[in-house]
Amino acid sequence: MAIFSSRLFFSVLFLSALVAFLPRSAHAQESPYIVTYDHYLEEPGNLEIEYFSTFGTQRGGNAFHAYWMEFEYGATAWWTTEFYLDGQSTFGDSSVFTGFRWENRFRILKREHFINPVVYVEYENIRGADKILKEVEGHDVESDYASPNVVLRQDHNHELEFKLLLSGTHKGWNFTENTLAAKNLSNNPWEFGYAVGASRPLALKASAKRCSFCRQNFVVGAEMYGGLGDPYSFGLHDTSHYLAPVVAWNLPSDWTLRLSAGFGLNDNSHRFLLRWGVSREITGFGSMVSRLFGGQR
Amino acid sequence: MREYVAALAVAAALLCASLALAQHEKPPAYKYDKDALVYAELSKAPQKARARRNPLEKDPDAVAAGRNLFEQHCTECHGNLAEGGRRGPSLRAEEVQNAEPGTIFWILSNGVVWRGMPVWSKLPEPQRWQLVSYIKSLGVAATVPGALPPPNSATASPSPLR
Repeated sequence: MAIFSSRLFFSVLFLSALVAFLPRSAHAQESPYIVTYDHYLEEPGNLEIEYFSTFGTQRGGNAFHAYWMEFEYGATAWWTTEFYLDGQSTFGDSSVFTGFRWENRFRILKREHFINPVVYVEYENIRGADKILKEVEGHDVESDYASPNVVLRQDHNHELEFKLLLSGTHKGWNFTENTLAAKNLSNNPWEFGYAVGASRPLALKASAKRCSFCRQNFVVGAEMYGGLGDPYSFGLHDTSHYLAPVVAWNLPSDWTLRLSAGFGLNDNSHRFLLRWGVSREITGFGSMVSRLFGGQR
Repeated sequence: MREYVAALAVAAALLCASLALAQHEKPPAYKYDKDALVYAELSKAPQKARARRNPLEKDPDAVAAGRNLFEQHCTECHGNLAEGGRRGPSLRAEEVQNAEPGTIFWILSNGVVWRGMPVWSKLPEPQRWQLVSYIKSLGVAATVPGALPPPNSATASPSPLR
């Protein structure tokens, strides 16, 4: 099963790479965050294919490399839907496909304001061996990930996750705060978490020539995220927290590269999480699919 | 195996949903109605926003930089020559070209979210002004190559700014 699922993951990865090399693409103007969300949604009809990796150190266990694919589609200007496939390799252990997620983000207000709320709803169908750490919630701590994959895979989670994203951009600076509430659909309590971030492009004006190393192509910032316990033990007790400087490089060749070095802020956190990602946005994907099936848009 | 089937089912559901959205064809008359509704948004710009002057008005590079930005972010909807496209109206129409720079900047910043135009405040303010410079440099197109004629005068675009 694990081999079969890993084949599925890497087959999807290969196909996605092929699709990403299709000629029609859009110059991305992406934020550098990996965990935190701002209020900007995918442009309608565009598909963004993303690959991310998390390399994590592990006290009391082996270091791991977790990876995930994201397929982000702009259904409308106020609704973005996204599908994830997750996997991980633990050094000295095994590689496993750990599940999928389906995420939706809805913009609430039709105009831009000082603070812009976006509602986030996600369904997760993942194994306990999932280590992508896309969010930290409840009492998630480093020791949860120390067991061998064969043990962690026994735990199967169906989870609904809700976030309120509050974000605004002023004088080139984006400030964002995400409040998270997650409910395992088995008989587990709600779990809470947070993420905050700030970022800014290195230059605000675009240059008259297309260039790879222009300052406006680089967006730098920092994000901080962690758990806030559950209703029976709300707060910082037995929770993990991370601080990560982040950078995104939006290339004129339509690719975006992201890098983040996360540092655990307490003894419950992984000491170090190195994350990186590569993405490409395909313009007019909806129209392309439509034409494939005889549509005219 | 169950995850595999579930993952495929969700992927198929998403594909069907995107197809359903993409297959939703719009007859030309509807498109002109929709364009008119988008143009009408220009008239909703607050007076304070309209009165804003383009700080890059005299920047010699603003139009060239704006053209780059336009090619990167706008052509898919508004066409390569801003003549209007599958999703977005012509930006060379009188409604847009006669609008104040501040009005166009306001539309870029706020989008017309319920009508399909995303918010572009993720572009820093100077880049939005560069886009305004480029759009205003295009001028009104008397007849736009490849554009469909208006279906009739009743559905032709109103001119909210005049």
